[in-house]
Amino acid sequence: MEEIYAKFVSQKISKTRWRPVPAGSLQTAETFATGSWDNEENRVSLWSIGDFGNLDSDGGFEGDHQLLCDIKHHGDVMDLQFFDQERIVAASSTGSVTLFLHHPNNQTLSVGQQWTAAHYHTSPGSPSCRSAPCTGVVCSNPEIVTVGEDGRINLFRADHKEAVRTIDNADSSTLHAVTFLRTPEILTVNSIGQLKIWDFRQQGNEPSQILSLTGDRVPLHCVDRHPNQQHVVATGGQDGMLSIWDVRQGTMPVSLLKAHEAEMWEVHFHPSNPDHLFTCSEDGSLWHWDASTDAPEKSSLFHEGGRSSIFLFHSISNQANVHQSVISSWLSTDPAKGRIEITSLLPNRTLSVNSLDVLGPCLVCGTDAEAIYVTRQLFS
Amino acid sequence: MRGCSRQRLIWQKGYCEDRLPLAQFSLTRCRGQDGGTRVECRRVVAMAERRGPCGIGGFGPAGSTGGARAGSSLATGAELEARARSFGGPANSRWLRLGAMEELDGEPTVTLIPGVNSSKKQMCFDWGPGEMLVCETSFNKKEKSETVPGCPFIYIIRKDVDVYSQILRKLFNESHGIFVGLQRIEEELTGKSRKAHHFIFCRLVRVSKNYRSVIRACMEEMHQVAIAAKDPACSCQFSSQVSILSAMELIWNLCEILFIEVAPAGPLLLHLLDWVRLHVCEVDNLLADVLGSENPRKHESFWKLVTILVLQGRLDEARQMLSKEADSSPTSAGMCRILGDLMRTMPVLSPGTTQTLTELELKWQHWHEECERHLQDGTFASSPHLESLCKIMLGDEAALLEQKELLNNWYHFLVTRLLYSHPTVKPIDLHFYAQSSLDLFLGGESSPEPLDNILMAAFEFDIHQVIKECSIALSNWWFVAHLTDLLDHCKLLQSHNLYFGSNMREFLLLEYASGLFAHHSLWQLGVDYFDYCPELGRVSLELHIERIPLSTEQKALKVLRICEQRQMTEQVRSICKILAMKAVRNNRLGSALSWSIRAKDAAFATLVSDRFLRDYCERGCFSDLDLIDNLGPAMMLSDRLTFLGKYREFHRLYGEKRFVDAASLLLSLMTSQIAPRSFWMTLLTDALPLLEQKQVIFSAEQTYELMRCLEDLTSGRPVHGEPDAQRLQDDDIETTKVEMLRLALARNLARAIIKEGSLEGS
Repeated sequence: MEEIYAKFVSQKISKTRWRPVPAGSLQTAETFATGSWDNEENRVSLWSIGDFGNLDSDGGFEGDHQLLCDIKHHGDVMDLQFFDQERIVAASSTGSVTLFLHHPNNQTLSVGQQWTAAHYHTSPGSPSCRSAPCTGVVCSNPEIVTVGEDGRINLFRADHKEAVRTIDNADSSTLHAVTFLRTPEILTVNSIGQLKIWDFRQQGNEPSQILSLTGDRVPLHCVDRHPNQQHVVATGGQDGMLSIWDVRQGTMPVSLLKAHEAEMWEVHFHPSNPDHLFTCSEDGSLWHWDASTDAPEKSSLFHEGGRSSIFLFHSISNQANVHQSVISSWLSTDPAKGRIEITSLLPNRTLSVNSLDVLGPCLVCGTDAEAIYVTRQLFS
Repeated sequence: MRGCSRQRLIWQKGYCEDRLPLAQFSLTRCRGQDGGTRVECRRVVAMAERRGPCGIGGFGPAGSTGGARAGSSLATGAELEARARSFGGPANSRWLRLGAMEELDGEPTVTLIPGVNSSKKQMCFDWGPGEMLVCETSFNKKEKSETVPGCPFIYIIRKDVDVYSQILRKLFNESHGIFVGLQRIEEELTGKSRKAHHFIFCRLVRVSKNYRSVIRACMEEMHQVAIAAKDPACSCQFSSQVSILSAMELIWNLCEILFIEVAPAGPLLLHLLDWVRLHVCEVDNLLADVLGSENPRKHESFWKLVTILVLQGRLDEARQMLSKEADSSPTSAGMCRILGDLMRTMPVLSPGTTQTLTELELKWQHWHEECERHLQDGTFASSPHLESLCKIMLGDEAALLEQKELLNNWYHFLVTRLLYSHPTVKPIDLHFYAQSSLDLFLGGESSPEPLDNILMAAFEFDIHQVIKECSIALSNWWFVAHLTDLLDHCKLLQSHNLYFGSNMREFLLLEYASGLFAHHSLWQLGVDYFDYCPELGRVSLELHIERIPLSTEQKALKVLRICEQRQMTEQVRSICKILAMKAVRNNRLGSALSWSIRAKDAAFATLVSDRFLRDYCERGCFSDLDLIDNLGPAMMLSDRLTFLGKYREFHRLYGEKRFVDAASLLLSLMTSQIAPRSFWMTLLTDALPLLEQKQVIFSAEQTYELMRCLEDLTSGRPVHGEPDAQRLQDDDIETTKVEMLRLALARNLARAIIKEGSLEGS
């Protein structure tokens, strides 16, 4: 973790996302998108960490990320996801959901499709609607699912102008994040500490399953699913706790790990090396959790395997449960066996780290101190 | 739009008569507080508010373009006034204002607000935490009649415009991290007392260098932008920012040498040389240019370059240049060699040797005499260039002043002069040489500029004067706030306490942080600055944090976290309440309940619970079951909430056909007085199906209790006056209900008595 580059960008960063690399290719991550919040004028921007070397005359040394293009975004960027290589979906605090197109030829961004007022409040007396912030979005080509402060779930298709499916009043409180579990099933987390599983095959407004932390009703802010074992889910809460759930059994988390001192804003399993997990928090820290069953010779073997094996993982991750036989290190209840090593990745504490993303050996995160940090050597 | 989400601004209303020159606000402000004008002032403000809807259209654009011009004009006097207003009462602030006025250095500049009709002379204004609202009024003193409003705009006057620069934002953000690190030095230090002193010293110097490198990075970026800008006006604006940043770095660097490193005689001059070399950097371009040419010796700037190198004391490089000259022209080779030798043998203090100052002085004296002998012998008489170089090396003032063009400024002159005439100058003598250098350099032709005064104050070791001059000259508070804080950590400002507020460090930090809070996005940085103001920081934070617009829940959570970390319970309560109110307005009862539980706000929880119950009565089913079913211990927050939770539990038990449990729960809700009276009828009606079940559910004793409840309810009913048709109908339904209940209760009682009797009998 020697090489971590910081760049101050004059806007508070709410989201950072790597552009996915084409399946099966040996390319490493080199482009990422960011969204800003709480600015008079917010933007969605694309950055490159590619080697500009000769192109860049004014001393942009290797490793420093350069702005490729950006576009105005109405309202705070609440969430950001790459729909595919060229398209980005952004969720806005104004309740709209926008699909941006990236044109690599002339390096510009344009609005491809927009669903305005996807999320809104209905006032009791008047028929007029007030917009409600859209808090989370998740994509699985061609579907886009959004959730919002209005407790509504929308299902969009990239080529449809109207929502394909809407679940009004899906939640009595604010929905904070959403992720796909299995293809027609999604998982949401809300501000009273509940995980809900929704099956789009079922009609009606009831979730198919509710899991919750008993008692305290601590709000959950983020959720991520294990890339290979689809029943393993990690969530982060307002008290900074990391919870690991097995959605097949029980309604309680399998393990609760004391982590950050304030809200955990995002949690991500490493997409191709899921024994590694990354979390970031309002307290300004960014942590790397390593739960690989710690046999040193094994891990060195993995490193020799190098990049090709990483992308082999990536390309088959869509097929069902290839690694089902492997017992997940995250579900082990034996504290002696399941040793987890935690490293803090940022040198000194700053303001809140709002977002992070990992892809291959690269990690990017954005903070309220208006800095973007990038590292390209996660496992060195 | 600014401030539209939370209109809880409690700014003091003010009104005064002839006020277009803004600087006069602070003077006339107090006049408005006499009884008579005060009444009128309220009227005017009320009028402005009533005009709100028409004004709001122009509010945003007018505020961000036309109004944002105050800049430094509101500095000093007005600033102090603004601060005083925030913390003291009116009487207090008047006193503070007078105090500030006494110290006023020069008249504040007048700022005209574009678009305001100054001939009408009718304006009202309102102080905000970091800005001021100004608008025209239609108040007319003489005629006492309302005229048509002339100007539909409200202007926002901001005092700290630099906060809004995109590039300076990087400076603010990056230096914030350094600032926080600096404050934590002392915390880290506990337990390392032995080496503490040296450790702190090294850290402070490093912190100072970090600050400077941030300024430099910012300056370089600004320079790039200035070059790239297509619009000449824009480019000019950026260039002036570059020169301001460059001046800031220059001042900071000098302060670092004099106050933080406290270089003693000897090393002092080396530091000053580095300082000059860093800031007079055209020479590097020239050097590259000359060396890059085909024949450097023939380059038109060859001698200029050599002279500059000598002036900056870069004698090794100068010697190399001379050797080029010697190689190509045999006639002057000898002279060049001699001068080169003189350059080589000039005694300098090399760090790390045990050489004493006296030794150095002796050697230097000897070398100096040798130079002088060469000059007198006319060694260089045939080459005017070499001769003048030799004169420079002798510290000859006239020869130095001849190079005015190359020296650029008086402080370069000062350092060169010291290098060649007083290399072991003591810090204490510095101001003497500085003053005479300034006088000699300017030669009475021009008067010193603000920058000159600041540097001179630094050479005089007058820290307070440096800070004061900087506050007046610079357009932002960033510089003085951070510099003062650093110097305070060096224990240099202890003796100085202001007679208002707290000490100077705190005063400046508060100013800077308030400026950040006025910005829509940088407010988060301001929090940490307030944290490190021991006296007034917390109050200021409390005042400012309440004014942050809460556009999304995520932002609200961030503000909440800030308040919770600092145990600001009052603010936590108010934020939760705002969010709960918002949720109620949006018909999001579940959310509203969550927020009132988080705020532990029993009254509001009761209100929301009532809404839930009312909705239930209307619709016959509960909404938001996911929340109500999972209330847990939070249910105890208010009686009504407990009732809501328990009542829902009754429905669940009933749904699960656990009738006996359901029945006893229902009864206990009434007998324990948790259920509100108004709801008893509903509860009794809920009992009906239980009474009509095939098996007996309510025991005889429970039935008696139910009957008592029913009688309590019906007997306590007030007698109505004039009954109208609707009420008659209502009463009719009610009477039928009561009769049905009585019948059911009686039948159940009979069955219960029989059952209990037969059970006992068997």
